[in-house]
Amino acid sequence: MSLILDHVTYEYGSDTELAVKALDNIELVIDDNEFLGLIGHTGSGKSTLVQHLNGLLKPTSGHIYFNGRDIHENDFDRRALRGEVGLVFQYPEHQLFELTVFKDVCFGPKNMGMKPEQCEVAAYEALEAVGLDEELYDQSPLDLSGGQKRRVAIAGVLAMHPKVLVLDEPTAGLDPKGRDEILDLVKELKKNLGMTIVLVSHSMDDVAEYADKIVVMDRGKIIYHDTPKNVFAHAKELEAMGLGVPQVTSVMKSLADAGIDVPQDITTVDEAADVLAALCK
Amino acid sequence: MLRDITLGQYYQTDSILHRLDARVKIIGTFWFIISIFLINRVSGYLVAAAFLALVIKLSHVPFRYMIKGLKSIMILLMITFAFNIFLTPGEILVQFGPLHVSREGLVLALKMAVRLILLIIGSSLMTLTTTPNNLTDGLEKIFNPLKVLHVPVHEVAMMMSIALRFIPILIDETDKIMKAQMARGADFESGSLMKRAVSLGALLEPLFISAFQRANDLAMAMEARCYRGGEGRTKMKPLIYQKKDYLAFLVIYGYLVVCVLIGRVLPLPF
Repeated sequence: MSLILDHVTYEYGSDTELAVKALDNIELVIDDNEFLGLIGHTGSGKSTLVQHLNGLLKPTSGHIYFNGRDIHENDFDRRALRGEVGLVFQYPEHQLFELTVFKDVCFGPKNMGMKPEQCEVAAYEALEAVGLDEELYDQSPLDLSGGQKRRVAIAGVLAMHPKVLVLDEPTAGLDPKGRDEILDLVKELKKNLGMTIVLVSHSMDDVAEYADKIVVMDRGKIIYHDTPKNVFAHAKELEAMGLGVPQVTSVMKSLADAGIDVPQDITTVDEAADVLAALCK
Repeated sequence: MLRDITLGQYYQTDSILHRLDARVKIIGTFWFIISIFLINRVSGYLVAAAFLALVIKLSHVPFRYMIKGLKSIMILLMITFAFNIFLTPGEILVQFGPLHVSREGLVLALKMAVRLILLIIGSSLMTLTTTPNNLTDGLEKIFNPLKVLHVPVHEVAMMMSIALRFIPILIDETDKIMKAQMARGADFESGSLMKRAVSLGALLEPLFISAFQRANDLAMAMEARCYRGGEGRTKMKPLIYQKKDYLAFLVIYGYLVVCVLIGRVLPLPF
């Protein structure tokens, strides 16, 4: 169960004067049950990359393999693939359209060919997983708050029972509380359902906290693909790309610069708290 | 997929055509369309096609890019062609059951098809080389005299420019929503009619909601900047004819005369 991108290149507007290489020779393996953070500046090709993972975009050159099969082979069922690799777009609340929340979540499973009863079970489970109040199930999705809408949209993808869940900037435009809720939800999904997660973000703090591995993209290329600690050791290079390191990491660096003996490879708030508590003793 | 629609879009590049005053291009396009309907001979069409080819060359817009936009209206072309070829009475060439192809029908169908193609390429050349802003500025200026008759010229121009401005936004939005629904297994290309209609709802409903939302936001933003219509409004870059614009007018009227002479008036064999 893995996704392999083999020399993938994608060009926008390839027959105009304005041809832009959004992806340039990307090589990437996404393993089972991995939590991959994908970061990069606006326009670095993150969103383009994730649209390749479920076959919405076809690479200009190169191949993508899902479980060992090229997804652009003629007889490959790309619709079934979209059930296996669930993609939640940026601002996914813009895709809601049914009269009720529950019906909207049923849309995905229905398209996957599930029976009506199965759809309802799947929708119910998905809505429960995203922690939406049961009394909202019969409301119009348009009447919900921003954070609630986003949960519904994520549930709409979860209800298809994907093995891989790809989220494109799921926290954009949410307040800090909404952000934490969504990210915790994603972490739970990975733990409880054993899903592979790909989380796209331009916030270092988001990915440092949750991801096992981080991919850093810049101008269509993969610059780093490593554990958070190793990636954030390249603070200077990251800053040159306009990215920087998580806030705790830079706090630790300031402490070290001020002559306090703290380790430099801290990337999460919890780790920092432990170190500082030990220091205060 | 939807990005392939080039009709009415602006193509960013630098050329003599891009730099011309918008009014020249609007009036030029108008006369070009008139010329196409004045001529009725092969020789005339040749002149029109040659003129168009020259202008395309000058525009620096790749021909391939224009043709891509034509694909979407292929169906319209085919329908016109079919109607003309099968439903025109005259000297019958071939007969299939109730349908027949007459000599007059064949000629008419070909003529109409050529006219339509020239017309569409000609007018899309105008939008390809003129930004929507310039286009509406030009139109506003051309129709300015109508203000005497209390025609709301500025308001109409403003509405047009907003409508034009919204085309690419809505295309982008459609693309986005389409992809989001495809990621949820929606199928817009195959399946039964019923199934496709349901999928279309999944596309159109969010699209309408967002269009209204955007219109609302825009109205607010205009209000916040004290927009109050055209009265007393000045332009940052007023349109003023330059030497090259007068020259372009000369070329256009020259073409018109030549085209009508060759395509209609002069006693030529074809």
